[in-house]
Amino acid sequence: MAINLEVPKKHRALIDQAHQVAMNMLRPISRKYDIAEHEYPKELDILAAMIDGLEESGASEGAGAAGVRRDGIADDKTVKNGSNMASVTSISEMCWGDVGLMLSFPRQGLGNSAIASVANDEQLERSKGKWASMAITEPAFGSDSAAVSTTAVLDGDEYVINGEKIFVTSGERSDCVVVWATLDKSLGRAAIKSFVVEKGTPGMNVERLEEKLGIRASDTAVITFTDCRVPKENLMGSPEVNVEQGFAGAMATFDNTRPLVAAMAIGCAQASLDLTRELLQQAGVEIDYDKPAYLQSAAAAKFLQLEADWEGARLLTLQAAWMADNRKPNSLEASMAKAKAGRVGSDVTLSCVELCSSIGYSESELLEKWSRDSKILDIFEGTQQIQQLIVARRILGLSSAELK
Amino acid sequence: MSLISNLKPGGKHGVPNSESRDPIGFLVAGLNRLAQSDLIDKMGLRKQTEQVVFNVTRTGFKTITNASRTFARSGKTGAPGARPAFTAGTGPFDLTPTEDEQMLVDLVSEFAEEVVRPAASEADARCAAPDELLKASLEIGLPILGVPEALGGVSEERSAMAGTLVAEALSKGDMGLAVATLAPGSVATAIGLWGTDEQQQTYLPAFTGDEVPAAALALNEPTVLFDVLAPATTAVKSGDGYVLNGTKSLVARGDQAELFVVGASLDGKPVLFLVESSTEGLSIEGDPAMGVRAASMTKLELKDVKVPAEAVLGATDGTTYAECVRLSRLAWCALAVGTAQAVLDYVTPYVKEREAFGEPIAHRQSVAFMVANIAIELQAMRLLTYRAAARAAAGKDFSKQVALARRLCAEKGMQIGLDGVQLLGGHGYVKEHPVERWYRDLRAIGIMEGTVLV
Repeated sequence: MAINLEVPKKHRALIDQAHQVAMNMLRPISRKYDIAEHEYPKELDILAAMIDGLEESGASEGAGAAGVRRDGIADDKTVKNGSNMASVTSISEMCWGDVGLMLSFPRQGLGNSAIASVANDEQLERSKGKWASMAITEPAFGSDSAAVSTTAVLDGDEYVINGEKIFVTSGERSDCVVVWATLDKSLGRAAIKSFVVEKGTPGMNVERLEEKLGIRASDTAVITFTDCRVPKENLMGSPEVNVEQGFAGAMATFDNTRPLVAAMAIGCAQASLDLTRELLQQAGVEIDYDKPAYLQSAAAAKFLQLEADWEGARLLTLQAAWMADNRKPNSLEASMAKAKAGRVGSDVTLSCVELCSSIGYSESELLEKWSRDSKILDIFEGTQQIQQLIVARRILGLSSAELK
Repeated sequence: MSLISNLKPGGKHGVPNSESRDPIGFLVAGLNRLAQSDLIDKMGLRKQTEQVVFNVTRTGFKTITNASRTFARSGKTGAPGARPAFTAGTGPFDLTPTEDEQMLVDLVSEFAEEVVRPAASEADARCAAPDELLKASLEIGLPILGVPEALGGVSEERSAMAGTLVAEALSKGDMGLAVATLAPGSVATAIGLWGTDEQQQTYLPAFTGDEVPAAALALNEPTVLFDVLAPATTAVKSGDGYVLNGTKSLVARGDQAELFVVGASLDGKPVLFLVESSTEGLSIEGDPAMGVRAASMTKLELKDVKVPAEAVLGATDGTTYAECVRLSRLAWCALAVGTAQAVLDYVTPYVKEREAFGEPIAHRQSVAFMVANIAIELQAMRLLTYRAAARAAAGKDFSKQVALARRLCAEKGMQIGLDGVQLLGGHGYVKEHPVERWYRDLRAIGIMEGTVLV
């Protein structure tokens, strides 16, 4: 044991691989699908096949939404840098390429993360090879995910689902959707369960796709469920309504996905920093790390501030992943990482647009796109404010009733 | 003598030279002079206020009169000294300190909590650390932490990480006292890192012995937009040695120091020089600042100070000096992390106890989010600092990492100081609570160069 904050060599190959894919596969089509919103990026099918190949060969430790299962790992007290660290570092590289395209990777949806994290072994087996998206948000609520009004009523061996879901990433392209619904609204959070609904199930309908500020390569669907019947085995986790345990089961997914979204923000912001550094260099501005910032140009001083904040977000994210790999509870650190990375992502990408003047603002470069893409990362999977709320409650030891 | 002896208002009292006085201004300035005169006191018109006596006051430069020892020359001139080995630095990403580091942190944390914190307020007011506290810091081995075992110290390998953890733990007690107690060890560490055999044999026995000298790392200068890498203090070759001229600022415990490491430009390159306080041409002036006051900050003036050729510490091409600047910035980052942690630990129970509008203020998001952001930015500061420290200890290039750590610690550290006071409102502004001191101390991170290193 010794303090060391370098990503270990054994992860280097995977990171380099992801970087090459990002550079050679995603970047060339980045602008294309930003303009052609809702068009399916067919190039990703080849990529998906490649990722499957890598996973089978064991060369990849979760290039995408591996999810986090904390069981079955032998605890021999040595420090591990495992699948969580591999996930955040490789996702970050992919998002250096393109966030929207990364979110559109077949079979790497957030629904897959949820399944990998909370499904039982039988469910896991059944959903193997399937692309799963996640349907939580409804028109009447966003952050307040306990307010789910979509209902699931047991009728014989089937649940009957009714309700409307919005902001379903890859909702049109995926093979199935993980839907959050309540068994009994009067029982509150504890009655909220997630269900796997296969595409083509009668009563499930993709109504429309959203037009967005950024991540346009990723489709975002509105899906309605009208007397949609699914086998009762499709309920993930326990069907029992445990008021004591409350929301914990469903929320466990978020503990695992927050560092991943933080990693996305880091990757996107790094793309901006890398390009801006070079453009500034061409304009005669070199960043000097020893010289006091105020003795350099204002642009260099600004860049130093952005890079320092970015590094803070990056290390907080690695910390959260390291804790998960070593089976330490990381809910606080995961929220810290997402809060910091979310706001840093916006600050970095927007500031880089300004540093590069009209080149930054123009569609001739990708800087303006990154500053649109990054904004969603401070919103989905828990907004900046929700993360601050979680951190504040933990630090202050206050309940959600005390600190609303 | 006219009451208005100088018609130009600028150039003093913080008034820029571009200011001019209008007739009302002249009247007010005159009244002010009158108010300051003894006349009023003689007539008993003014309430007598008690004179605050500082240990260190702005009284003009004085020759160092402190009895300083003669360091007996020893060792081989020009022969390289013993060097601590670098740490392996090849393990996994890990935030767990080694067992030795953890023991050290526990020990220093206890010292910080039980000895340092209770002494902080008075030391801040007096601009001096209590003698007993300084003695106790020697007993726990602070000065020899960075000195290699071969030279009588305790470090088996490069101790930048351990030093960082110790500085953080001490600063949680008090930043000013942390600097006062770490300053001698910083000089010893520097000699361990860059000293020749002769320099190590001559000076280090004093630090590993019973009577540890006060010592100071003098890099800062009283210059606007100061560039530490281009000091105005000069070293000029003269005969077998060098002649130093210039003024250094924010020199910790300069009035007690028996040995200085002084930064000066030699042939256009920044170089470190070992200067004993008994050397002719040195004078010292008290230079209390807004914060870090317990460290007894002073200005050191060097007027035609002659030092021998062997006084050069490390390389003359600027590389040793740059390394020294980076390690010093690292130490200040660690100090910022410790003090910011003190702020968080203090405001957390306060906002839960303090009530407004019928409930604890912690129940309001505007208050709670401020606390959350302190926690988030503090941890980011810590991680950046640790990364730079671990790289330094492993002998890897850490110039970029320490620059980023310093940038973040200066900016967020100051914000945390600001928010610490804000969360206590008016109570934060008065000395009944320590947050106003932390506000002043945390402003230092962006300004400090030298003084301590790890």
